[in-house]
Amino acid sequence: MTAKPIIELRGVSKHFTKRLSLTARIGNLLGGRSMPQTVRAVDDVSLAITKGEVVGLVGESGCGKSTLGRIAVGLHAPTAGDRHWQGKSVLSLSPSERRAVQLAGQMIFQDAYASLNPRLRVADIIGEAPLAHGLITAAAEGEYVGAMMQRVGLDPSLAHRYPHQFSGGQRARIGIARALAVRPEFLVCDEAVAALDVSIQAQVINLFLALRGDLGLTYLFISHDLGVVRHIADRVVIMYLGRVVEAAPTEAFFASPNHPYAKALIAEVPRLDVRRKNFVAVTGEIPSPLAPPRGCHFHPRCPHVMPKCRIEAPSLRVIAPDRFSACHLNDQT
Amino acid sequence: MNVPTLAVEGLRTHFFARHGVLKAVDDVSFEVHAGQVLGLVGESGSGKSITGFSVMGLIDPPGRITGGRICFKGQDLVGATEAQWRQLRGNRIAMVFQDPMMTLNPVLRIDTQMIEAVRAHANVSHATARDRAREALVQVGIPSPDERLAAYPHQFSGGMRQRVAIAIAILNKPDLIIADEPTTALDVTIQGQILFEMQKLCRQTGTALIWITHDLSIIAGLADAICVMYAGRIVEQGATDAVLDAPLHPYTQGLLGSVPSANRRGEPLRQIRGMTPAPIKLPPGCAFRERCDYASEQCVARPAMTSFGPARSVRCHHPIGAQ
Repeated sequence: MTAKPIIELRGVSKHFTKRLSLTARIGNLLGGRSMPQTVRAVDDVSLAITKGEVVGLVGESGCGKSTLGRIAVGLHAPTAGDRHWQGKSVLSLSPSERRAVQLAGQMIFQDAYASLNPRLRVADIIGEAPLAHGLITAAAEGEYVGAMMQRVGLDPSLAHRYPHQFSGGQRARIGIARALAVRPEFLVCDEAVAALDVSIQAQVINLFLALRGDLGLTYLFISHDLGVVRHIADRVVIMYLGRVVEAAPTEAFFASPNHPYAKALIAEVPRLDVRRKNFVAVTGEIPSPLAPPRGCHFHPRCPHVMPKCRIEAPSLRVIAPDRFSACHLNDQT
Repeated sequence: MNVPTLAVEGLRTHFFARHGVLKAVDDVSFEVHAGQVLGLVGESGSGKSITGFSVMGLIDPPGRITGGRICFKGQDLVGATEAQWRQLRGNRIAMVFQDPMMTLNPVLRIDTQMIEAVRAHANVSHATARDRAREALVQVGIPSPDERLAAYPHQFSGGMRQRVAIAIAILNKPDLIIADEPTTALDVTIQGQILFEMQKLCRQTGTALIWITHDLSIIAGLADAICVMYAGRIVEQGATDAVLDAPLHPYTQGLLGSVPSANRRGEPLRQIRGMTPAPIKLPPGCAFRERCDYASEQCVARPAMTSFGPARSVRCHHPIGAQ
């Protein structure tokens, strides 16, 4: 990768600790041994995205993909590690620069309805942030909101309506318009199309593709749907229980996935051209992130498990140009 | 041909709301035979779930079945008494819902719920019922079933809960299972496990299965036959391969086109324009005509179901490839 990354996460971790209850703390004073529980939602992840690139972040529930997305736009401060914007650590920036960076990265949430204030009119939902940040004047707000709505394919005459008066696909568009209103360069889409019907999903994906072309946006596209990610992403990153297990350019990844988990994921994705197949089950459950297995997190479900996997966590290593995988199987060759 | 497990003919389920009549299911006909998997595909509001509820006799006012027949092994269930329904539901016909917490009682242990379901329909001892419950849990692949029987629903993960719901559905070895989007809320690897169990079950026991979903790619891998629903009507039905490889209805073609894997990477997806019409004020004639590229003046008249070979039919004035 020669181009300079627009956003780079270096070794970020995010741990959530549940504070001990009062009774547990009193119990500890009396000689009890209650420990606060820590979830390592994201565990030492590095990710660099170059300008104009679409990175698909894939994983199952609880793997930390949403937390990583929130760190990328600055909604969560990482417990460890550093976020770099255009080569500079965000922590080293002056307050005004930091605010500019904050605006440059926006997030689009999964549940469009829950992320829209039900008591605000669409005009205010879209217009509030650019007005507050001085990007537009109050006089120009109406026109600006209309332009934003048109950009995402909504009728500007609906600007005085409330979110509940729109359909699911339209609400998704409102969420996108709100994110675009502060002129971001980088968008994190967290399962932005997961709740939509197939025909509406296609419309919203097309909108994302068009916006990328028109505005030169960079995306971190978080999804559990490999079909969608395969369609729009340039590069795929697979997470499992807080760690990245594989990262590769999309075509290479789907042609030859390396990590056993990635292989299982691709095999399980239902496809139109596979008819009356014999479903083969990946064994086991996704472990609780509160008590992840030792060593490689995937080892209890892995068909190629070796003694080493139970002890030592594999590190993410280069297996081919631009391709990374974290699996002990790669050590043998 | 032998008697189908379920034959639905001209089913109409309408909801009489204050603003008008909502025709959630409007003239729907299909058949499922023993051991067969029928995929009922449609987007939200297409009436696919209401079709399932109608077959289970779970339509509450203001909804009412206003016409048609639901023949379960030759017996018409429309107009059956509540006592007759109780004999069938959970016994001969079972349903699996999208959210297993809807099926499971959160304050009762799994064994209590399962034993109750067995003894409601069979005059067996508590111990026999418990053995049957245990056997059902083993069948759906739940490890250490004895411990799991004594657990409460909240102690299970989402995938495990759905397995328990399926285990309850198969407890009395039903002839027909209606599964309403049972894997939509689950992760891909867990979805694979559930599909694996359901497929095994149908093959082994000859249970007929109706799988209701919006996801064509699941149906492709699972179903023998497909019904595509749009705005309360079946617009196309036929064998899985026939429908997916050579769709006759423009809506089916549009749906297939919008699936990302059917398109070239990075290219705009072929999309269906517009939105699903509000079910309370459907346009007269073909409900799809405002979104359809093939629509003509003819489409203002309601198209009838036209047969194209055995078990293959389409509701369209301009079926693709038929001109």
